Amino acid sequence: MSTMNLHAVSIVYRKELTEWLRDRRTLISTVLVPLLMFPILITGMISVTSVMLGKAEKEIPKVMIIDGEDSPEVLATLHDIKDLDFVPYAANWKDQISDKKIRAAVQIPKGFQASLANGNSQTVDIYYYEGEIKSEFGAKHVETSLRDYKDKIVAARLKAKDLPASVVSPFEIKKENAAPPEKVSGAGIGSFIGYMVIILSMTGAMYPAIDLTAGEKERGTMETILSSPISRLDLVLGKFLLVFSASLTTAVLSVISMGSSFYFLGHSQAASSGDHALQMNLGWISILAVFLMALPLSVLFSAVLMTVALFAKTYKEAQSYLTPMTFVVVIPAVASLMPGVELSPKLALIPILNTSLICKEIITGTYHWNSIAVIFASTCVYAAVAIFVAVKTFQRESVLFRS
Amino acid sequence: MIEARSLLKRFQDKKRGEIRAVDNVSFTCQPGKIYGLLGANGAGKTTTLRMLATILEPTDGTAIVCGYDVIDYPEKVRANVGFLSTATALYPRLTAQEMVEYFGRLNGLDEATLKKRIDDIFSRLDMNSFRDRRCDKLSTGMKQKTSIARTLVHDPPVMIFDEPTTGLDVMTARTIIGFISDCRAQGKTVIFSTHIMSEVERLCDSIGIIHGGKLLAEGTVAQLREKYAEHNLEEIIVQVVGPQFANAEA
Repeated sequence: MSTMNLHAVSIVYRKELTEWLRDRRTLISTVLVPLLMFPILITGMISVTSVMLGKAEKEIPKVMIIDGEDSPEVLATLHDIKDLDFVPYAANWKDQISDKKIRAAVQIPKGFQASLANGNSQTVDIYYYEGEIKSEFGAKHVETSLRDYKDKIVAARLKAKDLPASVVSPFEIKKENAAPPEKVSGAGIGSFIGYMVIILSMTGAMYPAIDLTAGEKERGTMETILSSPISRLDLVLGKFLLVFSASLTTAVLSVISMGSSFYFLGHSQAASSGDHALQMNLGWISILAVFLMALPLSVLFSAVLMTVALFAKTYKEAQSYLTPMTFVVVIPAVASLMPGVELSPKLALIPILNTSLICKEIITGTYHWNSIAVIFASTCVYAAVAIFVAVKTFQRESVLFRS
Repeated sequence: MIEARSLLKRFQDKKRGEIRAVDNVSFTCQPGKIYGLLGANGAGKTTTLRMLATILEPTDGTAIVCGYDVIDYPEKVRANVGFLSTATALYPRLTAQEMVEYFGRLNGLDEATLKKRIDDIFSRLDMNSFRDRRCDKLSTGMKQKTSIARTLVHDPPVMIFDEPTTGLDVMTARTIIGFISDCRAQGKTVIFSTHIMSEVERLCDSIGIIHGGKLLAEGTVAQLREKYAEHNLEEIIVQVVGPQFANAEA
């Protein structure tokens, strides 16, 4: 294999860059999509959710009472509940819940009032449509009111027997977060950032990887460039650098876009409700560290995608090869998002999954230097092998002139 | 000068097994002369020329181009060769000038020499009106001129043309033929493949007839006419290829 000529590599790179910047499809896939995807996605999700929640909160739910004729006092208490619209009993109440005609139904057991007087315990059933937000709101409203009623009865009974409230409530339980705020927000958003950097550094590389290999074959420029004195090593390296640049650009732009979206979202939420749950407390150092970890992975993606796409004769053929590869990347990246999947010595050697897992840790401010070193080094090795294979593939006539 | 020495190229085909696309082909092309490689489609012309241009590596045998062995010094060979075929397209998103500049730089020209060379070629080929137009916006004729400029930018002593006029209109084909003729006048070594007989008669100093990967006959047009007692070149080719063709069919 001949030695690398940096000047020749840079000539190829500059030419590929010129062509790449003039391609409208590039502008869309590398710049516009990552920049606009997050603001649109996040604003869209937030506005849809808040509209849905607002509607559900504003609605006065229709609730049906089943039975309870022998408990007039209980019925009267129920009817006194504010913001509930009681509808007359109908035998098809189950269907009405499924059809969203009523939001919930409460079944009063037989002889309920008498049981209350005797001190016996019975069960009141609330029926609702699980997962349907308006029905859940209605059922919750009914439940809260029934609990209040229950507490009143307990208090009255204690009073009648002249006992203190601590008889039924000997101690209180309180849960409080002790983790630093960046770890709390990081645990939620962190895994997502690592995931997005990984996925986007692949999708960013995909289009130029095809364009510079199969695209060149299809347009008939492969033979032109192969007839020039440039060595195939320099040619493939120049092309690789462009694909790698595209991959990085997409990842950087998407993280900037995602970071700013979360930042503004956190601020607007904090300003409007004082709720700090969604605040971004991610440091720029963590984000930079995630990028450094993703660098060798981006090299790996660029080299592998180019190698595979080179086997194709046309752009379309290359797309059909590379689309299934998206799953190869998405599956380990998604696996790292699963709760309970934590870094272990074995997992530290699985490409993509290891980077995704370490990014999750880094974002929460945890730096396990041993794991970081192992993962960075192993991914560098995979990346180096991938570049080597790409160079070798470019020297195979059967691949370049496949017919 | 080009000297092909027992060039052999084998391919593996999934259906047909091993194929000898070029089988023990030897010939010599001299500076200031045009050598024509004649043959039907699939005869082995393109593979031979690709091996001379070091785009493909010979399975066996070798060739010496401008004193460099195609196997040992492929990059040196390419620096001395201008290669043009109907398959050598242009980069659509580069302008005509950028296309030629790119190949000038790849050939190691410094910026001053490159500029001078480009100005000269663009004036000579009457290309100044479209030098800043993107290649995907050029007409076929303009594209062909840009390709010629691309092959000429490093002023190579050897020119290889693989069916350069196939699929071109009459006027564009004339430009190419004129260009090939000019190359000879400049003392370059020229080899070109075609199956258009009028081009052969007009241009070639000597010809080689190739079929089934083998070089079956060689000589000047006059020598071949005398040997086969036939004036029509097409008939000569049929006579040369005929027995082989019959054998292959059988």
